[in-house]
Amino acid sequence: MERVPIQLTVNGQLYQAEVEPRMLLVHFIRDVLNLTGTHIGCDTTSCGACTVLWDGRPVKSCTVFAVQADGGEILTVEGLERDGQLHPVQEGFWEEHGLQCGFCTPGMMMTAVALLQENPDPSEEEIRKAIAGNLCRCTGYVNIVKAIQYAARKMRETAPAAAGIAGGE
Amino acid sequence: MTTTPIRGLGHPVKRKEDPRFIRGKGTYVDDIKLPGMLFLDIVRSPYAHARIKRIDPSKALAMPGVVDVITGAELEKAGLAWMPTLMSDRQMVLPTDRVVYYAQEVAAVVATDRYTAADAVLAVEVEYEPLTPVLDPFKALEPGAPLVRPDREQKTNHIWHWEAGDKEKTDRIFQEAEVVVSQDLYIPRIHVCSIETCGCVVNYDRATDKLTIWMTSQAPHAHRTVFSLVSGIPEHKIRIISPDIGGGFGGKVPVYPGYVIATYAALKLGKPIKWIEDRSENLQADSFARDYHIHAELAATRDGRIRAMRVHTVADHGAFDAAANPSKFPAGLFSVCTGSYDMEAAHVAVDGVYTNKPPGGVAYRCSFRVTEAVHTIERMVDILADELGMDPAEIRFKNFIRPEQFPYKSPTGWEYDSGNYPATLQKALDAIGYQELRREQAERRARGELMGIGISTFTEIVGAGPSHTFDILGIKMFDSAEIRVHPTGSAIVRIGVQTQGQGHETTFAQIVAEELGLPVENIIVEHGDTDTAPYGLGTYASRSTPTAGAATAVAARKIREKARLIAAHLLEVSPDDLEWRDYAFRVKGAPDRFKTMQEIAFAAYTNFPQGLEGGLEAVCYYDPPNLTFPFGAYVCVVDIDRGTGQVKIREFLAVDDCGTIINPMIVEGQIHGGLTMGMAPALFEEIVYDENGTMLTGTFMDYLLPTAMETPHWKTDKTVTPSPHHPLGAKGVGESPTIGAPPAIVNAVVDALSHLGVRHIDIPITPAKLYQILVEKGVAE
Repeated sequence: MERVPIQLTVNGQLYQAEVEPRMLLVHFIRDVLNLTGTHIGCDTTSCGACTVLWDGRPVKSCTVFAVQADGGEILTVEGLERDGQLHPVQEGFWEEHGLQCGFCTPGMMMTAVALLQENPDPSEEEIRKAIAGNLCRCTGYVNIVKAIQYAARKMRETAPAAAGIAGGE
Repeated sequence: MTTTPIRGLGHPVKRKEDPRFIRGKGTYVDDIKLPGMLFLDIVRSPYAHARIKRIDPSKALAMPGVVDVITGAELEKAGLAWMPTLMSDRQMVLPTDRVVYYAQEVAAVVATDRYTAADAVLAVEVEYEPLTPVLDPFKALEPGAPLVRPDREQKTNHIWHWEAGDKEKTDRIFQEAEVVVSQDLYIPRIHVCSIETCGCVVNYDRATDKLTIWMTSQAPHAHRTVFSLVSGIPEHKIRIISPDIGGGFGGKVPVYPGYVIATYAALKLGKPIKWIEDRSENLQADSFARDYHIHAELAATRDGRIRAMRVHTVADHGAFDAAANPSKFPAGLFSVCTGSYDMEAAHVAVDGVYTNKPPGGVAYRCSFRVTEAVHTIERMVDILADELGMDPAEIRFKNFIRPEQFPYKSPTGWEYDSGNYPATLQKALDAIGYQELRREQAERRARGELMGIGISTFTEIVGAGPSHTFDILGIKMFDSAEIRVHPTGSAIVRIGVQTQGQGHETTFAQIVAEELGLPVENIIVEHGDTDTAPYGLGTYASRSTPTAGAATAVAARKIREKARLIAAHLLEVSPDDLEWRDYAFRVKGAPDRFKTMQEIAFAAYTNFPQGLEGGLEAVCYYDPPNLTFPFGAYVCVVDIDRGTGQVKIREFLAVDDCGTIINPMIVEGQIHGGLTMGMAPALFEEIVYDENGTMLTGTFMDYLLPTAMETPHWKTDKTVTPSPHHPLGAKGVGESPTIGAPPAIVNAVVDALSHLGVRHIDIPITPAKLYQILVEKGVAE
């Protein structure tokens, strides 16, 4: 099958590759770039385990072709930690026991990061609405909500600059 | 002396496994990539029942990148077309002449990448001659029904009949009873849907003659034994690694054909093989839970004293009896269905039936059919209360097994270890304000609003199990732990169970921390690798804490006894002069003279007494003397939308008693998750087939998992009644909420409609189903 050259910035690093036009972004991230923190949980854009930020917005990377994202900036779970410092959302999930098996966690955290960029002080209802596209089978969501509230608090308390993390530099 | 806190039992220690997961650095099966690895994908049947006339792989084989197409005919030559199930039945790996359920594996393709493999699946031509499927287990039992399994000697769809209790006594009580209530309950087919599907990576190393299988397995040791027995490969040449597992809930206990085919392909082709299910395959073909058609009866006195219970169940097990129950319990522990109530007699009978559906009868976060049992009794008690005009709380208090009756011998033969049911229910009622809610309900009813309060006071039965009764394929259901303390006072613990999110790496470290007085940070827990971990039966049915948790405590205590000798040597006193107190061996009467485990560990390698072996390690294979019986009292408050039939859970309080708590944060998290997986089949989830046996709910668009929007903000509380026979007093908790929640929700919905004459609604109570009832009762808006 013909291959198409693409160029993507992932977690701040530029990648160039030739891919089949039908290759899903999630497979490009996982199989080509070996960034396996982004997971696949369904085939129908339902579970959100594959959520990444594409130019700052959360997308389910199983429903984006890699070629569509050509020229874009992608942030995956591996890009959240900066200079050995966990992102407040990562910290919140650990502190508040927001994960169990960990499989939905990267996608859930990416959705949370996107939410907090738009809404630094979300209500429980707003958090639940924001993560409604991310399925978790282990936690019952209560602690995920708490984890995101923890992150929101932490991000409001620290310098505004720290909140601006998304889509690479 | 160390100043680092020990943080043993009862501490909300943050999880040790989380730093890798929150960084995206977990290693799940699909993350494993080996040089030269090929991808396996599976051709599946579009029919529920058909004869295979021809399989033509030629077009697939001609595609660039396609390496092989494997069929049943080829596996038959290798003696691998069939495999044993964990229930002493057999199951097709790949069919040679017929398919017996929709989405059954028909052939496998191997290609250089997953896209080519998926293309090749479509290019394999299979010619079928459709046969009439049998989908209803009652019809399957009728004379002349099409035979699901002509390969069996017995030419019937009936698999087994199983019963427990005293039939004669039960029948006698029913004959003379003042009040009898009866009800049919159907608990539908559901699917666990862990967010990670199943899969494996298989590598055969010719140089070392070793087969390594990374596998989504809840029971890697048992699976290794099965693989060895099926293939004839010596067990030490097989290594099964269950890496990070993205949820199990029972769905990763069975051996699926895909694992076997991938292993065959790796051996045949000499290349690493990866097989990963997609979600539809997982939902359509992996083992299912429940599918119980229950007829239940209670006999009681007019003043509400339950005297006896009689239950007959038809269990739809699909085309292969591939459940994962202990061998002597084909209906699992369903006979615990007398629940939390003291009664004179009970009789339970279950008939297992084949139908043209994928294998059923595995767990859905439930220890061996206990959800079915609890749903039955908790619904029946409410139905009896309704019959007698009693309050559901009052009838429960009247019939509870009293605290002084423990250990309690149930009418079906179980010995409940400990409990205090009235205290737990009272705590729940007080906390939620039960009387106030009843007043509110009366006011709302007067206004035409539909509000319901549901109670469930369940008893769980977990920790399988004692070797005299519990085995799987003959392997006794003990479990194990191995602890090694290093010279500088840190330790490694290896256990025979396997976490899929339960947090074993943290809780098992806490057990060792508590028993040895070593800081929890200095203890590492490993599991899931059959080459290094001690043999165990794995994690399911809430058995890890009751079995391997006990093994860990006992192994630690063995270490402590040796440590006592070393401490005596260091302190130059007799071992009898020492006592273990405040995490150190102290001289009796002179507590300031002591040795910590860290000091003792160093001496175990540098300065141990003559005649004692060096080192500080121990192993325990723990054979539990009994099962454990966690329990709880749940109260659910619902409002029903008369315009849509939607159930809104306004409030849900779960008071759980799982005995001694190792990590309260993790216990609470388990309860939140379990409640959600209890709510799911109560309100949303159901596997549906059409009249041809085609599955209609094969994606997350049709099979509705609860999102954060439907899930309420669960409230939890606890009582603590330790198990008298578990070394820590712990009982296990992961499945209690999944078992206790459905009847609490259904009882609440039925309660909201009881004044309209509604006495029972089968799950799931979907808006469509409920709206129909509202229309029939003339209250729809």
